[in-house]
Amino acid sequence: MQLLLNVENLVKRYAAGQSFGSREFLAALDGVSLSIQTATTLALVGESGSGKSTLALCVACLERPTSGSMWFDGRDVAALGEKQQRAVRPQIQLVFQDPANSLNSRLTALEIVAEPLIIQRRFDKQTRSKRACALLERVGIPAKKAGSRPDEFSGGQRQRLAIARALVLEPKLLILDEALSALDCSVQAQIANLLLELQASLRLTYLFITHDFAMAAHLADEIAVMDHGRIVELGAAEKLLRSPEHEATRCLLAATPRFHGAANLPEGL
Amino acid sequence: MRPLLQVQDLHVAYRSRTGEVCHALAGLSFDLGPGEILGVLGESGSGKSTLAASLLRLLPPNGIITGGRILFEGQDVLHARPREMEKLRGRRISLIFQEPSVALHPAMRVRDQVEEVLRAHEPLDFAARRNRTRQVLATLFSAEADRIANSYPHQLSGGQRQRVLVAQAIACGPSVVLADEPTASLDPTTQQEILTLFRTLRQALGLSMVLITHNPGLLARLADRVLVLYAGRAVEVGPAENVLASPQHPYTRALLQCVPPLDQKSQASRKAMLPVISGESPNLSVLVRGCPFEPRCPEKMEVCKSCDPAAVPLSEAHTVSCFKFPG
Repeated sequence: MQLLLNVENLVKRYAAGQSFGSREFLAALDGVSLSIQTATTLALVGESGSGKSTLALCVACLERPTSGSMWFDGRDVAALGEKQQRAVRPQIQLVFQDPANSLNSRLTALEIVAEPLIIQRRFDKQTRSKRACALLERVGIPAKKAGSRPDEFSGGQRQRLAIARALVLEPKLLILDEALSALDCSVQAQIANLLLELQASLRLTYLFITHDFAMAAHLADEIAVMDHGRIVELGAAEKLLRSPEHEATRCLLAATPRFHGAANLPEGL
Repeated sequence: MRPLLQVQDLHVAYRSRTGEVCHALAGLSFDLGPGEILGVLGESGSGKSTLAASLLRLLPPNGIITGGRILFEGQDVLHARPREMEKLRGRRISLIFQEPSVALHPAMRVRDQVEEVLRAHEPLDFAARRNRTRQVLATLFSAEADRIANSYPHQLSGGQRQRVLVAQAIACGPSVVLADEPTASLDPTTQQEILTLFRTLRQALGLSMVLITHNPGLLARLADRVLVLYAGRAVEVGPAENVLASPQHPYTRALLQCVPPLDQKSQASRKAMLPVISGESPNLSVLVRGCPFEPRCPEKMEVCKSCDPAAVPLSEAHTVSCFKFPG
């Protein structure tokens, strides 16, 4: 197995106010270490404010960590200069929670998916369109809707569109930041299936950020639980569910809504 | 027991600028008893929010109630004069909105925002209003009440903001609270906190609630009864444990199967494809004959195409609108 991402002791501090020369800092990430193997999924669960999204931004090279190292595909990305980082960014793509806000409402579906290729100056116009079209088809948007704008699509279709846009640069790592949370449960299942199918056929690696423990357990090979900027528990999905060790994990599990039979649960939940 | 709120054969339609008519609710009926929590489960486009808006007659100008009756404590809500409506809205029936960060005024202290509700509905003087506000905030925040009262919304967490909305909703002592996706923007731990709060309030104040959500998991711990909404119709109504644990209508069954269970037994079921509901969500702008779920239904029969299924009682409290069950 090959490691795609290896984060070691990552720290990110934000200035949290200044009073008479003494600066206070907020450690959004307080020494985070984790690794993801190629073509697997790591789910990151935790409450709001636990640092999940900061970690996502650091991994996507959109925020510079205060300290620590981040090896991606054999290179320490955190140590690279801005110019060299720019070459890494296309390989790490993001899908956000709310596709209604993360898609440009003035562009057509085809333009949205082709835009990253324009920015990266790849291919000529014809090839770009062809690639974008193929990808739309791949994520389940019919070709006849390629000229429609985001508001003509349903929530699930918009999220498919966001996934197509993320995939057009052929990234190795996809960061899914609450990508299913805003969807209805029947649509969640459809998008989850699409993600599984894409992972199997394109050997994609996912960092799946969520607060839905059930979906994390379904999609992920490993689950990392974050609390106050630290990873407090990390392990195989089954093990974490069967015997959660840290208090934060137990809390999250207890708060996970469930209505299926309550069998096979650890004591006290 | 006489129901507090009765909805009978409610039809609501929206007219778009192009003249197209969208039938958001198509013959919805249900009762709400005193002190009861009714969970309304539906996906986007099923008519959930239209239901909340029509109960308070707060539909946008292009939304028309085309038929049916809403009775609240015996009074016909649909034919109430504006004056009478003012006395119901916010006072006897109140609404908790979805997005606390949007529903609160950003530049007003929490105390003033709760007081504003009282000023609109209750003939109280300044001191009495202050006092009532303090009491309401104390039931929701206990020790922190004074600090919260002095804060602005941006100084509060999502869960605290949601509590402020609850404070506004219960300030006038209503008998019915409608909550439209009240926990959608909160993380699971805070979600549970708010659900526990609802339970406590129901006990303490004898509130009835209509909890509208797309998340079946929320209803399992809170609702007494669940109503499943599809294409503006109630396809299944029954006690929460029956509907969620052993759903009978093909749509309810398919919907609940989409959610991966937390306690998966084996490695094999993980990363397996989840069952999905095939086909597209219903187009509400064309009135079709027959069951609205028929095109997607795995168990459809010949009769489903031509006739509308009526609600069939399975037990005293559990009804299903499906031809699978002989009436």
